[in-house]
Amino acid sequence: MTKSFRIAFKASIIIISVVAAILMASIILWLIGADVSDTFFAIVFEPLSNMLHISEVLIRAIPLCIIALGISVAYRSGIINIGAEGQMAMGLLAFTGVALAFPDVPRPLLLPLALIAAVIGGGLWGFIPGILKAKLNVSELLSTVMLNYIAAQFYSLCLRTIYLDPAEQVYGTGTPQSMRLTENVWLGRITGRLHYGLLIAIVLAVLIYVLMWKTTVGFKMRASGSGARAARYGGISVGFYLAASMAISGAFAGLAGGVELAGVHRRAIEGITNNYGFSGVVVALFGGLHPFGIVPASFLFGLLIYGSTLAPSMVGVPANIVQVMQGIIIIVIVTAQMVLSNAYFQNRVWRKYQALMKKEG
Amino acid sequence: MDRRIKSLKMEHITKTFPGVLATDDISISVGEGEVLALVGENGAGKTTLMNILMGLYQPDEGQIFINDVPVHFKGPEDAFRAGLGMVHQTYMLVANMTVTENVALGYRNAGEKHFDLKTVRRRIEEVSSRYGLMVNPDAYIWQLSVGEQQKVELVKTLCLGARFLILDEPTSALTPQEVDELIVLLQRMTKELSIIFISHKLQEVKALSNKVTILRHGKVVFSGNTDDYSSQEIAAKMTGHDIVLPMNEGGKKRGETVLSVQNAVVMSDRKTPALNNLNLDISAGEIVGLAGVSGNGQRELAEAINGLRKVESGNIVFLGKDITNKTPREIIDAGMGYIPEERNTEGIVPPFSIKENFVLKDVSSGLFSSACFINGKKIDATAEKLVKRFDVRCPGIDTAAGSLSGGNIQKVILAREIERHPKFLVAVYPTRGLDMGAVEFIHSELLKIRESGIGILLISEELDEIMNLSDRIAVIYKGSIQRVLDKKEATRERLGILMAGVKEE
Repeated sequence: MTKSFRIAFKASIIIISVVAAILMASIILWLIGADVSDTFFAIVFEPLSNMLHISEVLIRAIPLCIIALGISVAYRSGIINIGAEGQMAMGLLAFTGVALAFPDVPRPLLLPLALIAAVIGGGLWGFIPGILKAKLNVSELLSTVMLNYIAAQFYSLCLRTIYLDPAEQVYGTGTPQSMRLTENVWLGRITGRLHYGLLIAIVLAVLIYVLMWKTTVGFKMRASGSGARAARYGGISVGFYLAASMAISGAFAGLAGGVELAGVHRRAIEGITNNYGFSGVVVALFGGLHPFGIVPASFLFGLLIYGSTLAPSMVGVPANIVQVMQGIIIIVIVTAQMVLSNAYFQNRVWRKYQALMKKEG
Repeated sequence: MDRRIKSLKMEHITKTFPGVLATDDISISVGEGEVLALVGENGAGKTTLMNILMGLYQPDEGQIFINDVPVHFKGPEDAFRAGLGMVHQTYMLVANMTVTENVALGYRNAGEKHFDLKTVRRRIEEVSSRYGLMVNPDAYIWQLSVGEQQKVELVKTLCLGARFLILDEPTSALTPQEVDELIVLLQRMTKELSIIFISHKLQEVKALSNKVTILRHGKVVFSGNTDDYSSQEIAAKMTGHDIVLPMNEGGKKRGETVLSVQNAVVMSDRKTPALNNLNLDISAGEIVGLAGVSGNGQRELAEAINGLRKVESGNIVFLGKDITNKTPREIIDAGMGYIPEERNTEGIVPPFSIKENFVLKDVSSGLFSSACFINGKKIDATAEKLVKRFDVRCPGIDTAAGSLSGGNIQKVILAREIERHPKFLVAVYPTRGLDMGAVEFIHSELLKIRESGIGILLISEELDEIMNLSDRIAVIYKGSIQRVLDKKEATRERLGILMAGVKEE
C-alpha cells in the first residue's frame, strides 16, 4: 500500500463523514424550517470568529478537560466513573466551605488551600465507589450514579442553609446561592472571562500523560484495567489501584469544580456542574482516553456547547435542536474514527483500487 | 438439499490480511467418505483456509468446486446449504440456553424460516441415535463439560444436514479420555460423511485420516496418503526439520527440598474441597510431574502455591519460609516462577505490548525503573534480547501480546519467568494446544532450567510430556496425592490406573 493511497483514504473518509453529518443535520434543520446555512455558521464558525467567543469556548473546555482526564485514569484502570457530576459538586462544596470559613487568609495561601479542599472533597466522593468495587465488587455504575443524586441534593441543601448568602435572607429574593467569595480565592483572568484554569488544565494533561505512561504506578493501573486477572497474577494489587484510580478521578472532578468557582462564578450557585460530569465521559472516550486526544476533544465539545447557546439568539433555532445536531455530529465522527482504524477495510479498498487500476492500465 | 458431495476441491486459494499472506496458492481435494487431515504449525493458515471454505472469508484468488461445479459462498449460510458444516475451535454455543435451543439457533442462522422446537428436538434425537452421539436435548450448555459441548456442536452441525464436516482442532480442549472417545466416534461417522480436520497432534492424524496435507507459512508443503508415512516423517515435514522431543536423562542427585506442601486444604470456585490434605515435597534440580485427570485439584494447587487462592488449612513452605496465604507479590519476591494455565488471560495482559508483558512482574523492581519512573530504554533492550533468545515470532516488541499465536504467547511467558531467575517454577499445561516445534522448544527450556538446579512442578494432562521430562511423577486424584513414583517405576498403565483412583496394594 502506498503512502499517498493511505493519505487519500483517510482524507476521503473524513470528507465523506463530514458531508454525511452536514447532510443529516441539514435535513433536521430543514424539517423545522430553519435557515440551514446560517445555523451552521452560528454553531461552527461564529464561536471562532473573535477572541471573545474563543475565550468563552475555552472557559467551557477547561472543566471538561480536567474532568475527562480524571475519567480516563479510572477507565484505563478498569472502572467507569460516571459520578464526576457528583464529585464536582463535592469539590464545589469543599472549596466554598474553605473560602467562607477563612476569608481573611492571604491569597497565596487561601487559593491553594481551597483548591486542595476541592481535590479532597471530590477525591473522597470518588474513593467511595472505588473501594466498594475493590472490596465488595459493587457495580460502579450503580454506586456512582446514586452518589450523584446524593451530592446534588446535599449541594442544594447547603446552598439553602449554611452557605446561604446573608443578604438573601435580608432581601428575601430567595435565590439559593452563597455570598460572593473573597477575592483571596479568585483565579486571575487572562482575557475577558478566560482564567488561568486553562494553564492548570494543560499542565494536568501533561501530568496525566507522565503518570499513566512513564511511571510504574500508571503501568500497574493500566495493567489492572486491561487484564485484571493477569495483573493479579503479576503481583499487582488490583483492588488498591482500582480504588486509587477512582480517588484520582474524583479528585480531578472536584478540582474542576474548584477551578470553575475560582475562575468563573466566584460564588456557589446552582447549575455550575452544567452536566460537565457526563459530557466529560464523552470527551474522555472521544479523546481516545489519552491526554493528547482529550485536550483537543474538550475544545471541540466546548465549541459545541457554546455554539448551542449562540444559536437561539442569532438564528432563532432552539438550543434543543442544536443538541440533536451535536449528537449526530458526534456519532458520525466516532463512526469515521472506527472506519479509519479498521485495517481490514482499508486493505479491501486498496485491492479494489488496484484491480481498477489494472483494468484501466 | 440432499445432494451428495462426491468431491470437494479448493484450487489456488490465496488470501492476504493486512501485512500477512495467510494462504498462498493452496489447493486441496477430498473425495466422498475420505478424511483429510490438515496439519501445520500455529499460524500456518489452516483455520483461514477453512474459514474461506465456509464462506466466512472471501479468497483474493482461487476457486472452490463441489462435484466439479464451481461454487461461490458469500457467507456461512451458502456453505450450510451446500452441505458443509464446521465445528470451530472455540464453540459457538449460548451458555444459558438448552441444547435444543442452541440447535434451533443454528437453524435460524442457516436461513431456515419455519421450524419449531419440537421438530428440532426430534431431529436431535434422530441424529444422536444414528451416530451414537449421546446428548441430553434439555440440558443447559453451562451444565456440560467441554467434551459434551463439542458433541452438541457436532449434533448441531449434523442436524443442519451437513454431509461434509470441518473440525478445527477438535481435540485441543479435551481430556485424553475424551479424545479417545471422539476418535472412535469420528471413525464411525466416516462411513457416511467426508471430514476435513485440522490438527497438529500426529497421533490423531494417524488414527483418523486417509490423506494428509501439510501447510507451512501459508503454503502446501506436502500432500499424501497417511498410511505411507510415519508420525516422525509427518512431524519433520510439518516443522521443516526433524523433531526429536528432548528427554530427561535422569542422573544428578536430588538436592534439598525447596517446596513443601503440607496437609493443604483448598476450596474450588464452587466452594467444594479441591485439595484434600495434599502433601508434596519437591527438591532443587528435579522436575516433579503431576499427573491426573484434569479437575482433580491441579489448578487449585498451582494457585494456592502462588498466593492466588486461599489455603484453608495446612502449610506451604518455600525455601524454609512459610508462604501460606501470602500475597502474590510476596511469593513472587520470594523467588517463585509461575506459568499459569490460562496463558491468554492470566499469563499476559493481552492489550499490553510484548515488552510491557516482559516486565509485568518487575516493573518497579529497580531494574526497569528508578524512583517510580519507568526506564524505557532498559525495557526495550531487555525485550529485544528476549525476543531474539526465545525466538518469539512477532512484528516487533511493541506488538500487542494478545495478537500473537498461542505458541508465541507461551514463549513470552516463559521468557519472562526464566529471565527473572526464579528459585522454583510451577508450570501448568505449558504446551497445551501448541505445535510440535513449540513443544520441542519449551521442553528443552524446561530441562535447561532443571540443569541449572531449579526445581519444577510440571502439571500436565499429556502423559508423554510428564514421562519424558519428570524425575518423579506424583499422581493426583480428588485433591490428594495417590502416590509418587520414580521415573523408572512409572509406566503408562500404572499411571493410568492410579489416575483413575485405584489404590495400589
